[in-house]
Amino acid sequence: MNKNLYIAFLFFSLLFLQVFVLNNILFFGYINPYLYVAFVIFYPLRKERTAFLFLSFLLGLSIDFFSDSGGINAFSLLIIAYMRLFFVRIILKKTSQDFLLFRLDSEPFGKVFNYVIILIVIHHFILFSLANFSIQNFSEVLINTLYSSIFTAVLFFLGTYIIRKKK
Amino acid sequence: MEQIIYFFQKYKYFLFFLLLASISLFLTINNTRFHKSKFISSANEITGGFYEKTSQFSNYLNLRMYNNELILENATLKNQLEFLQSKKDSITHFIVVDSMQFHQKYSYSGAKIIKNQYHQKNNYITINKGENQGVTKEMAVMNSKGIVGIIDQTSKNYARVQSILNSNSKINARLKNSFHYGTLKWNGKDYNTVQLEDVPRQTSVTIGDTIITGGRSTIFPEGIAIGVVKKVNNSTSTNTIDIQLFNDMSNIGYVYIVKSLDKIEVNILEKTVNE
Repeated sequence: MNKNLYIAFLFFSLLFLQVFVLNNILFFGYINPYLYVAFVIFYPLRKERTAFLFLSFLLGLSIDFFSDSGGINAFSLLIIAYMRLFFVRIILKKTSQDFLLFRLDSEPFGKVFNYVIILIVIHHFILFSLANFSIQNFSEVLINTLYSSIFTAVLFFLGTYIIRKKK
Repeated sequence: MEQIIYFFQKYKYFLFFLLLASISLFLTINNTRFHKSKFISSANEITGGFYEKTSQFSNYLNLRMYNNELILENATLKNQLEFLQSKKDSITHFIVVDSMQFHQKYSYSGAKIIKNQYHQKNNYITINKGENQGVTKEMAVMNSKGIVGIIDQTSKNYARVQSILNSNSKINARLKNSFHYGTLKWNGKDYNTVQLEDVPRQTSVTIGDTIITGGRSTIFPEGIAIGVVKKVNNSTSTNTIDIQLFNDMSNIGYVYIVKSLDKIEVNILEKTVNE
Protein backbone atom coordinates (compact mmCIF):
# COMPACT_ATOMS: atom_id res chain seq x y z
CA MET A 1 0.00 0.00 0.00
CA ASN A 2 2.77 2.32 1.02
CA LYS A 3 4.53 1.59 -2.23
CA ASN A 4 1.42 2.33 -4.29
CA LEU A 5 1.07 5.70 -2.58
CA TYR A 6 4.71 6.42 -3.33
CA ILE A 7 4.14 5.62 -7.00
CA ALA A 8 1.03 7.80 -7.20
CA PHE A 9 2.89 10.67 -5.55
CA LEU A 10 5.82 10.25 -7.93
CA PHE A 11 3.48 10.14 -10.93
CA PHE A 12 1.55 13.32 -10.17
CA SER A 13 4.43 15.37 -8.79
CA LEU A 14 6.56 14.63 -11.85
CA LEU A 15 3.64 15.35 -14.18
CA PHE A 16 2.84 18.75 -12.69
CA LEU A 17 6.48 19.67 -12.24
CA GLN A 18 7.13 18.93 -15.90
CA VAL A 19 4.03 20.61 -17.30
CA PHE A 20 3.83 23.76 -15.22
CA VAL A 21 7.45 24.48 -14.36
CA LEU A 22 9.98 22.72 -16.53
CA ASN A 23 8.18 23.13 -19.87
CA ASN A 24 8.45 26.90 -19.39
CA ILE A 25 12.17 27.09 -18.71
CA LEU A 26 13.43 27.25 -22.32
CA PHE A 27 17.06 27.93 -21.51
CA PHE A 28 18.62 29.84 -24.46
CA GLY A 29 15.23 29.72 -26.14
CA TYR A 30 14.95 25.99 -26.75
CA ILE A 31 16.75 23.84 -24.16
CA ASN A 32 14.30 22.18 -21.81
CA PRO A 33 14.86 19.58 -19.11
CA TYR A 34 12.59 16.53 -19.30
CA LEU A 35 12.81 15.41 -15.71
CA TYR A 36 9.83 13.07 -15.87
CA VAL A 37 12.19 10.28 -16.98
CA ALA A 38 12.93 10.03 -13.26
CA PHE A 39 9.68 8.07 -13.03
CA VAL A 40 11.27 5.20 -14.91
CA ILE A 41 14.44 5.43 -12.84
CA PHE A 42 12.71 5.57 -9.45
CA TYR A 43 9.92 3.07 -10.07
CA PRO A 44 10.56 0.00 -7.89
CA LEU A 45 12.07 -2.95 -9.73
CA ARG A 46 9.69 -5.83 -10.03
CA LYS A 47 9.40 -8.95 -12.09
CA GLU A 48 5.80 -8.18 -12.96
CA ARG A 49 6.03 -5.33 -15.43
CA THR A 50 2.56 -4.78 -16.89
CA ALA A 51 1.61 -2.04 -14.41
CA PHE A 52 4.97 -0.34 -14.82
CA LEU A 53 4.75 -0.25 -18.62
CA PHE A 54 1.18 1.00 -18.48
CA LEU A 55 1.92 3.75 -15.93
CA SER A 56 4.92 4.97 -17.93
CA PHE A 57 2.76 5.11 -21.03
CA LEU A 58 0.09 6.99 -19.08
CA LEU A 59 2.56 9.54 -17.68
CA GLY A 60 3.92 10.24 -21.15
CA LEU A 61 0.42 10.52 -22.54
CA SER A 62 -0.64 12.95 -19.81
CA ILE A 63 2.31 15.17 -20.66
CA ASP A 64 1.29 14.97 -24.31
CA PHE A 65 -2.21 16.03 -23.30
CA PHE A 66 -0.82 19.20 -21.82
CA SER A 67 1.71 20.04 -24.49
CA ASP A 68 -0.28 19.13 -27.65
CA SER A 69 2.37 16.79 -28.95
CA GLY A 70 0.37 13.77 -30.08
CA GLY A 71 2.08 10.76 -28.53
CA ILE A 72 5.79 11.52 -28.62
CA ASN A 73 6.34 11.68 -24.85
CA ALA A 74 4.29 8.51 -24.35
CA PHE A 75 6.31 6.63 -26.96
CA SER A 76 9.75 7.68 -25.76
CA LEU A 77 8.97 7.07 -22.09
CA LEU A 78 7.51 3.66 -22.93
CA ILE A 79 10.65 2.69 -24.83
CA ILE A 80 12.99 3.40 -21.92
CA ALA A 81 10.53 1.76 -19.52
CA TYR A 82 10.76 -1.39 -21.59
CA MET A 83 14.54 -1.20 -21.93
CA ARG A 84 15.17 -0.48 -18.25
CA LEU A 85 15.48 -4.11 -17.17
CA PHE A 86 18.08 -4.73 -19.84
CA PHE A 87 20.29 -1.92 -18.53
CA VAL A 88 19.75 -2.96 -14.94
CA ARG A 89 21.13 -6.36 -15.87
CA ILE A 90 24.03 -5.05 -17.94
CA ILE A 91 25.23 -2.01 -16.00
CA LEU A 92 24.09 -2.58 -12.43
CA LYS A 93 24.58 -6.38 -12.70
CA LYS A 94 21.36 -7.27 -10.88
CA THR A 95 19.37 -10.45 -11.37
CA SER A 96 15.71 -10.97 -10.53
CA GLN A 97 16.64 -12.17 -7.02
CA ASP A 98 18.06 -8.76 -6.13
CA PHE A 99 15.02 -6.77 -7.21
CA LEU A 100 13.24 -6.71 -3.85
CA LEU A 101 16.18 -5.31 -1.92
CA PHE A 102 17.37 -3.01 -4.67
CA ARG A 103 17.95 0.64 -3.78
CA LEU A 104 19.41 3.09 -6.23
CA ASP A 105 21.25 5.18 -3.62
CA SER A 106 23.11 2.20 -2.23
CA GLU A 107 24.74 1.52 -5.59
CA PRO A 108 28.15 3.01 -6.48
CA PHE A 109 27.82 6.42 -8.09
CA GLY A 110 29.72 5.53 -11.27
CA LYS A 111 27.33 2.75 -12.20
CA VAL A 112 24.25 4.80 -11.37
CA PHE A 113 25.64 7.66 -13.43
CA ASN A 114 26.09 5.48 -16.52
CA TYR A 115 22.69 3.90 -16.07
CA VAL A 116 20.87 7.22 -15.72
CA ILE A 117 22.75 8.96 -18.52
CA ILE A 118 22.06 6.14 -20.98
CA LEU A 119 18.34 6.15 -20.20
CA ILE A 120 18.13 9.96 -20.49
CA VAL A 121 20.02 10.11 -23.79
CA ILE A 122 17.93 7.34 -25.39
CA HIS A 123 14.72 9.01 -24.22
CA HIS A 124 15.70 12.47 -25.45
CA PHE A 125 16.95 11.20 -28.78
CA ILE A 126 13.67 9.39 -29.51
CA LEU A 127 11.66 12.35 -28.25
CA PHE A 128 13.40 14.90 -30.48
CA SER A 129 13.46 12.66 -33.55
CA LEU A 130 9.72 12.08 -33.25
CA ALA A 131 9.08 15.77 -32.63
CA ASN A 132 11.05 16.59 -35.76
CA PHE A 133 9.34 13.78 -37.74
CA SER A 134 11.61 13.99 -40.78
CA ILE A 135 15.25 13.51 -41.75
CA GLN A 136 15.64 17.23 -42.37
CA ASN A 137 17.36 19.20 -39.62
CA PHE A 138 18.85 16.03 -38.19
CA SER A 139 21.81 17.95 -36.78
CA GLU A 140 19.36 20.02 -34.77
CA VAL A 141 17.93 16.84 -33.26
CA LEU A 142 21.40 15.78 -32.17
CA ILE A 143 22.22 19.20 -30.70
CA ASN A 144 18.90 19.36 -28.87
CA THR A 145 19.44 15.85 -27.52
CA LEU A 146 22.91 16.72 -26.27
CA TYR A 147 22.03 19.97 -24.51
CA SER A 148 18.72 18.84 -23.06
CA SER A 149 20.28 15.59 -21.81
CA ILE A 150 22.97 17.53 -19.98
CA PHE A 151 20.34 19.80 -18.46
CA THR A 152 18.11 16.91 -17.38
CA ALA A 153 21.02 14.95 -15.93
CA VAL A 154 22.27 17.94 -13.92
CA LEU A 155 18.78 18.55 -12.52
CA PHE A 156 18.32 14.86 -11.77
CA PHE A 157 21.56 14.43 -9.84
CA LEU A 158 21.12 17.73 -7.98
CA GLY A 159 17.59 16.70 -7.05
CA THR A 160 18.58 13.27 -5.78
CA TYR A 161 21.49 14.80 -3.88
CA ILE A 162 19.20 17.26 -2.08
CA ILE A 163 16.61 14.60 -1.25
CA ARG A 164 19.26 12.27 0.10
CA LYS A 165 20.85 15.00 2.26
CA LYS A 166 17.57 15.51 4.06
CA LYS A 167 17.42 11.93 5.30
CA MET B 1 -2.53 -24.69 -28.72
CA GLU B 2 -0.18 -25.14 -25.79
CA GLN B 3 2.55 -23.63 -27.88
CA ILE B 4 0.49 -20.51 -28.50
CA ILE B 5 -0.27 -20.11 -24.81
CA TYR B 6 3.38 -20.65 -24.02
CA PHE B 7 4.31 -18.05 -26.61
CA PHE B 8 1.96 -15.50 -25.06
CA GLN B 9 3.26 -16.34 -21.59
CA LYS B 10 6.82 -15.84 -22.65
CA TYR B 11 6.38 -12.66 -24.63
CA LYS B 12 3.50 -11.04 -22.79
CA TYR B 13 5.49 -7.97 -21.77
CA PHE B 14 6.82 -7.53 -25.25
CA LEU B 15 3.34 -7.82 -26.76
CA PHE B 16 1.93 -5.36 -24.24
CA PHE B 17 4.80 -3.01 -25.02
CA LEU B 18 4.09 -3.31 -28.75
CA LEU B 19 0.42 -2.52 -28.19
CA LEU B 20 1.13 0.63 -26.18
CA ALA B 21 3.90 1.71 -28.56
CA SER B 22 1.64 1.40 -31.57
CA ILE B 23 -1.06 3.45 -29.82
CA SER B 24 1.38 6.27 -29.09
CA LEU B 25 2.86 6.16 -32.59
CA PHE B 26 -0.61 6.31 -34.06
CA LEU B 27 -1.37 9.38 -31.96
CA THR B 28 1.90 11.01 -32.99
CA ILE B 29 1.30 10.48 -36.70
CA ASN B 30 -2.30 11.60 -36.37
CA ASN B 31 -1.20 14.78 -34.66
CA THR B 32 1.50 15.79 -37.12
CA ARG B 33 -0.21 14.81 -40.33
CA PHE B 34 -3.94 15.33 -40.13
CA HIS B 35 -4.81 17.37 -37.07
CA LYS B 36 -7.59 15.09 -36.14
CA SER B 37 -6.55 14.52 -32.56
CA LYS B 38 -9.81 15.67 -31.14
CA PHE B 39 -9.16 13.99 -27.86
CA ILE B 40 -5.51 14.62 -27.14
CA SER B 41 -5.16 18.35 -27.05
CA SER B 42 -4.78 20.98 -24.42
CA ALA B 43 -8.19 22.41 -25.35
CA ASN B 44 -10.07 19.70 -23.50
CA GLU B 45 -11.83 20.53 -20.26
CA ILE B 46 -9.37 19.00 -17.80
CA THR B 47 -6.10 20.38 -19.13
CA GLY B 48 -7.77 23.65 -20.09
CA GLY B 49 -8.98 24.09 -16.52
CA PHE B 50 -5.50 23.51 -15.15
CA TYR B 51 -3.92 25.96 -17.54
CA GLU B 52 -6.58 28.54 -16.74
CA LYS B 53 -5.63 28.37 -13.06
CA THR B 54 -1.90 28.75 -13.67
CA SER B 55 -2.31 31.56 -16.16
CA GLN B 56 -4.46 33.51 -13.73
CA PHE B 57 -1.50 33.43 -11.42
CA SER B 58 1.22 34.29 -13.91
CA ASN B 59 -0.80 37.05 -15.55
CA TYR B 60 -0.31 39.31 -12.56
CA LEU B 61 3.36 39.49 -13.36
CA ASN B 62 2.71 40.91 -16.83
CA LEU B 63 -0.03 43.43 -16.06
CA ARG B 64 2.23 46.43 -16.58
CA MET B 65 3.19 45.28 -20.07
CA TYR B 66 -0.41 44.56 -21.06
CA ASN B 67 -1.39 48.01 -19.86
CA ASN B 68 1.28 49.63 -21.99
CA GLU B 69 0.14 47.68 -25.01
CA LEU B 70 -3.46 48.73 -24.45
CA ILE B 71 -2.49 52.38 -24.12
CA LEU B 72 -0.54 52.23 -27.36
CA GLU B 73 -3.41 50.56 -29.15
CA ASN B 74 -5.91 53.05 -27.76
CA ALA B 75 -3.73 55.86 -29.01
CA THR B 76 -3.60 54.49 -32.55
CA LEU B 77 -7.34 53.84 -32.55
CA LYS B 78 -8.04 57.37 -31.28
CA ASN B 79 -5.83 58.77 -34.02
CA GLN B 80 -7.69 56.81 -36.64
CA LEU B 81 -11.00 57.95 -35.23
CA GLU B 82 -9.87 61.55 -35.32
CA PHE B 83 -8.69 61.11 -38.87
CA LEU B 84 -12.02 59.67 -39.96
CA GLN B 85 -13.89 62.35 -38.06
CA SER B 86 -11.96 65.10 -39.83
CA LYS B 87 -12.71 63.47 -43.17
CA LYS B 88 -16.36 63.27 -42.32
CA ASP B 89 -16.44 66.91 -41.29
CA SER B 90 -14.85 68.02 -44.54
CA ILE B 91 -17.37 66.14 -46.68
CA THR B 92 -20.06 68.47 -47.85
CA HIS B 93 -22.43 65.91 -49.27
CA PHE B 94 -23.89 63.62 -46.69
CA ILE B 95 -24.03 59.98 -47.60
CA VAL B 96 -26.81 58.26 -45.72
CA VAL B 97 -25.71 54.86 -44.57
CA ASP B 98 -28.52 52.44 -45.07
CA SER B 99 -28.38 49.98 -42.24
CA MET B 100 -29.80 47.22 -44.44
CA GLN B 101 -27.03 47.65 -46.98
CA PHE B 102 -24.20 48.56 -44.66
CA HIS B 103 -22.13 45.48 -44.57
CA GLN B 104 -19.90 44.49 -41.67
CA LYS B 105 -17.48 41.82 -42.79
CA TYR B 106 -15.68 40.85 -39.60
CA SER B 107 -16.53 40.85 -35.92
CA TYR B 108 -13.93 40.89 -33.16
CA SER B 109 -14.00 39.47 -29.64
CA GLY B 110 -11.33 39.27 -26.98
CA ALA B 111 -9.75 36.20 -25.37
CA LYS B 112 -6.96 35.40 -22.97
CA ILE B 113 -4.13 33.02 -23.74
CA ILE B 114 -3.86 30.38 -21.06
CA LYS B 115 -1.08 28.38 -22.64
CA ASN B 116 1.55 29.52 -25.09
CA GLN B 117 4.08 27.36 -26.88
CA TYR B 118 6.81 28.45 -29.25
CA HIS B 119 9.82 26.15 -29.02
CA GLN B 120 8.50 23.09 -30.81
CA LYS B 121 8.14 22.28 -34.46
CA ASN B 122 4.33 22.40 -34.33
CA ASN B 123 3.23 24.98 -31.81
CA TYR B 124 -0.25 25.45 -30.40
CA ILE B 125 -1.76 28.10 -28.16
CA THR B 126 -4.75 27.53 -25.89
CA ILE B 127 -7.25 30.32 -25.22
CA ASN B 128 -10.08 30.60 -22.72
CA LYS B 129 -12.98 30.97 -25.15
CA GLY B 130 -14.80 28.07 -26.76
CA GLU B 131 -17.97 26.92 -28.45
CA ASN B 132 -20.13 28.42 -25.71
CA GLN B 133 -18.75 31.85 -26.64
CA GLY B 134 -19.29 31.27 -30.35
CA VAL B 135 -15.76 30.31 -31.28
CA THR B 136 -15.53 27.82 -34.13
CA LYS B 137 -12.79 26.31 -36.23
CA GLU B 138 -10.83 28.38 -38.74
CA MET B 139 -11.31 31.74 -37.10
CA ALA B 140 -8.36 34.10 -37.17
CA VAL B 141 -6.50 35.08 -34.01
CA MET B 142 -4.50 38.29 -33.77
CA ASN B 143 -3.44 40.94 -31.29
CA SER B 144 -2.65 44.61 -31.54
CA LYS B 145 0.79 43.99 -33.05
CA GLY B 146 -0.07 41.39 -35.66
CA ILE B 147 -1.32 37.93 -36.48
CA VAL B 148 -1.04 35.04 -34.03
CA GLY B 149 -2.71 32.02 -35.63
CA ILE B 150 -5.86 30.17 -36.65
CA ILE B 151 -8.24 28.24 -34.40
CA ASP B 152 -8.08 24.54 -35.18
CA GLN B 153 -9.74 22.75 -32.27
CA THR B 154 -12.55 23.78 -29.93
CA SER B 155 -14.18 22.43 -26.80
CA LYS B 156 -17.02 23.92 -24.76
CA ASN B 157 -15.04 26.63 -23.00
CA TYR B 158 -11.57 26.49 -24.58
CA ALA B 159 -10.05 26.53 -28.02
CA ARG B 160 -6.72 25.53 -29.45
CA VAL B 161 -4.98 27.89 -31.85
CA GLN B 162 -2.58 26.67 -34.48
CA SER B 163 0.12 29.28 -34.09
CA ILE B 164 1.88 30.80 -37.10
CA LEU B 165 4.90 29.02 -35.60
CA ASN B 166 3.62 25.69 -36.90
CA SER B 167 5.05 23.82 -39.85
CA ASN B 168 1.51 23.13 -41.08
CA SER B 169 0.23 26.68 -41.13
CA LYS B 170 0.04 28.47 -44.46
CA ILE B 171 -1.24 32.03 -44.52
CA ASN B 172 -1.69 34.31 -47.48
CA ALA B 173 0.43 37.46 -47.13
CA ARG B 174 1.59 40.30 -49.31
CA LEU B 175 3.87 43.31 -49.38
CA LYS B 176 2.36 46.51 -48.11
CA ASN B 177 3.59 48.63 -51.01
CA SER B 178 2.70 46.26 -53.85
CA PHE B 179 0.11 43.59 -54.48
CA HIS B 180 2.53 40.70 -55.02
CA TYR B 181 1.59 37.98 -52.61
CA GLY B 182 3.07 34.77 -51.23
CA THR B 183 2.53 32.07 -48.63
CA LEU B 184 3.62 32.57 -45.05
CA LYS B 185 5.25 29.48 -43.52
CA TRP B 186 7.62 28.67 -40.70
CA ASN B 187 10.77 26.56 -40.96
CA GLY B 188 10.83 25.66 -37.27
CA LYS B 189 14.06 27.42 -36.35
CA ASP B 190 13.72 30.87 -34.83
CA TYR B 191 10.45 31.84 -33.17
CA ASN B 192 10.81 35.49 -34.15
CA THR B 193 11.35 34.81 -37.85
CA VAL B 194 8.88 33.37 -40.36
CA GLN B 195 9.26 32.77 -44.09
CA LEU B 196 7.33 34.16 -47.01
CA GLU B 197 7.49 31.76 -49.94
CA ASP B 198 6.50 31.69 -53.61
CA VAL B 199 6.72 35.42 -54.12
CA PRO B 200 6.98 36.18 -57.85
CA ARG B 201 10.56 36.82 -58.98
CA GLN B 202 9.91 40.20 -60.48
CA THR B 203 8.86 41.61 -57.12
CA SER B 204 11.29 44.18 -55.85
CA VAL B 205 11.76 43.49 -52.18
CA THR B 206 14.09 45.49 -50.01
CA ILE B 207 15.05 44.86 -46.42
CA GLY B 208 12.70 46.70 -44.09
CA ASP B 209 9.56 46.38 -46.23
CA THR B 210 6.38 45.73 -44.28
CA ILE B 211 4.44 42.50 -44.83
CA ILE B 212 0.68 42.38 -44.21
CA THR B 213 -2.02 39.74 -44.63
CA GLY B 214 -3.27 39.39 -48.18
CA GLY B 215 -7.01 39.06 -47.78
CA ARG B 216 -7.19 36.27 -50.35
CA SER B 217 -8.40 33.81 -47.73
CA THR B 218 -11.70 34.14 -45.96
CA ILE B 219 -10.07 33.77 -42.56
CA PHE B 220 -7.92 36.86 -42.13
CA PRO B 221 -9.04 40.39 -42.92
CA GLU B 222 -6.74 42.21 -45.31
CA GLY B 223 -4.03 44.44 -44.00
CA ILE B 224 -3.17 43.00 -40.60
CA ALA B 225 0.48 43.64 -39.86
CA ILE B 226 2.85 40.66 -39.81
CA GLY B 227 6.44 41.87 -39.82
CA VAL B 228 9.29 43.42 -41.77
CA VAL B 229 11.59 41.84 -44.35
CA LYS B 230 14.82 40.73 -42.73
CA LYS B 231 16.63 38.79 -45.44
CA VAL B 232 15.96 37.90 -49.08
CA ASN B 233 17.19 34.53 -50.39
CA ASN B 234 16.96 34.79 -54.15
CA SER B 235 19.05 31.69 -54.77
CA THR B 236 16.48 29.12 -53.65
CA SER B 237 13.83 27.79 -56.01
CA THR B 238 10.93 28.97 -53.87
CA ASN B 239 12.27 32.50 -53.51
CA THR B 240 12.08 32.63 -49.74
CA ILE B 241 11.98 35.87 -47.77
CA ASP B 242 12.79 35.90 -44.06
CA ILE B 243 10.43 38.07 -42.04
CA GLN B 244 11.01 39.50 -38.61
CA LEU B 245 7.68 39.36 -36.76
CA PHE B 246 6.25 42.44 -35.06
CA ASN B 247 4.89 40.15 -32.37
CA ASP B 248 7.19 38.64 -29.83
CA MET B 249 5.59 35.19 -29.97
CA SER B 250 7.04 34.22 -26.61
CA ASN B 251 5.28 37.10 -24.93
CA ILE B 252 1.60 37.45 -25.83
CA GLY B 253 -1.20 37.66 -23.29
CA TYR B 254 -4.49 38.81 -24.73
CA VAL B 255 -5.71 38.27 -28.28
CA TYR B 256 -8.64 39.07 -30.53
CA ILE B 257 -10.66 36.40 -32.28
CA VAL B 258 -11.77 37.50 -35.72
CA LYS B 259 -14.97 36.02 -37.04
CA SER B 260 -15.55 36.37 -40.75
CA LEU B 261 -19.24 36.97 -41.29
CA ASP B 262 -19.06 36.38 -45.03
CA LYS B 263 -17.09 33.18 -44.87
CA ILE B 264 -19.92 30.74 -45.54
CA GLU B 265 -21.23 32.86 -48.35
CA VAL B 266 -17.83 33.10 -50.03
CA ASN B 267 -17.13 29.40 -49.57
CA ILE B 268 -20.45 28.40 -51.10
CA LEU B 269 -19.81 30.70 -54.03
CA GLU B 270 -16.33 29.30 -54.60
CA LYS B 271 -17.63 25.74 -54.47
CA THR B 272 -20.24 26.32 -57.12
CA VAL B 273 -17.59 27.72 -59.44
CA ASN B 274 -15.52 24.57 -59.06
CA GLU B 275 -18.26 22.17 -59.90
